[in-house]
Parts: sequence; structure tokens; C-alpha cells
Amino acid sequence: MNSPSPNRERPLSPFMLGPYYRFQLTSVLSFIHRLTGIGLSIGSFLLIGWLVALASGPWAHAAWSGHLGAWYGQVLLAGWSWALMYHLCNGIRHLFWDVGLGFDLKTTYRSGYAVVAVSFLLTAGVWALACLG
Amino acid sequence: MTPTKSYRSPLGRARGLGSAKQGVHHFWMQRLSAIALVPLTLWFVFSVAQLPGASYSAARHWVSAPSVAVFLLLLIAALCYHSMLGIQVVIEDYVGREGRKLVLLLLSKFIHILAAVSGIFAVLSLALGK
Repeated sequence: MNSPSPNRERPLSPFMLGPYYRFQLTSVLSFIHRLTGIGLSIGSFLLIGWLVALASGPWAHAAWSGHLGAWYGQVLLAGWSWALMYHLCNGIRHLFWDVGLGFDLKTTYRSGYAVVAVSFLLTAGVWALACLG
Repeated sequence: MTPTKSYRSPLGRARGLGSAKQGVHHFWMQRLSAIALVPLTLWFVFSVAQLPGASYSAARHWVSAPSVAVFLLLLIAALCYHSMLGIQVVIEDYVGREGRKLVLLLLSKFIHILAAVSGIFAVLSLALGK
């Protein structure tokens, strides 16, 4: 009989992505849901920071809006608003799955593409409103 | 490597390692807060987008209106709760070492509660006038 196989270095899960694991729309959207969730948790402190600055007075609010108005603040806000819309749309998709609707492969792909499209549309809508208003 | 022989029964080994009977509550609360956040976040983002730029008085005026203040309080509560539940799952999934996991879970809980109380206090002080 052969001796027990040695404990060879084998690729573990993060290294499976790409060479051994083919990405599909469904799994990528799932990753993005979690990533945007983490981002939004940090972003929610941004919203609370805004309220605290507002309550602290004009000086604190001016400093806060100064940062948000700068290029890095605008980039952050753009990313945050899209992350919010994506997480919201995909979250609704998850709620439908939770009650057992739309879980077949065809509908899952269709709703996946719809989530991506609607998240960009909503983000564009918010920024159009912000720029016009 | 031979597996170490255990003399404990399978039931004895499983006891205390299994479900803490909190899973359904976590699942349900995550969905409940998610449903609440759909209208609340859409209302917030589209309202704030309409506020003129960096105007202090306009922002203050908006937050101080009673109906706005009430929905902001609901938003803060639902948002912090939903975020706390989500971050908990992320920590439980990716942090393997028990000690580090416990510290991060506690830290996340404290930070979320601090954020929620700060936000609620800020809205109340703006709405009730200091």
C-alpha cells in the first residue's frame, strides 16, 4: 500500500478564484453585495458625521462640507451613492429569493442584470437632481 | 498524522458547539431592517440631493422639521442595526481565531451603538433646538 499522501501545499479558497474557479455573474454580484455592505457600513458613519457636524455648529459643518465638496469627497460620495443603490436593489432581489421567488437560473441572471442597470440609473438620477437643484 | 481518539460520545462533543439558537432572530431582524431601509434610504438620498450645496442654514432647517427628524431617527436606528448585523456576519465568516473574533465583534457592537446614539442625539438637539 502507498504511504499516506504528504500534506502538500494545495490552493486554498481565495487562490481558487480565477485559475480554478470561473467567475459567473451570480457569484460576482454576491461578492459585490458583501463588499458594498462593508463600504456602506463605513459610509453610514459619514452620514452620522454630517448630522453631528450640523448639530455642532456652522464651523464644524463648514469643515465637514469642505471635505465632502473636495475632489476626494465627491469621489467618495459618488462611490457611496452607487454602493447604496446597488446594495438596495440587490437586497430587494435577496428578499424575493427569501420568499422563494425568482430562484431559477434564468430569472436569477435576468434580475442580476436588472439590478446592475437600475443601480446605475438611480445613482445617475440622484446626481442629476443634486446638480440641477 | 493519525486522528486523536476521543472517548466522548458524538452528542457530548456536539453539545455547546452548535447553534446558539440566535440564527433565526438574526436572519429575521436583518430582513426586517432591510425592508425598513428601502423607503428610508431612498427618501434620505433623494432629499439630501435636493439640498443646496454646502448651505448650513438650509441643512439645519431641513433636519429640524418634525417629520424629517422622525424619519431621520428611524433611518439612523435601522441603518446602524442593519449594519451591525451585517458586519457581525462578515467577522464570523472571515475571522478564524476565537479571541480575535470576540474582540472584533465587541468592537463592532460598541462602534455601531456609539454611532447610533451620536446620530440620534444630533438630530434631537437640532430638532428640539439647543
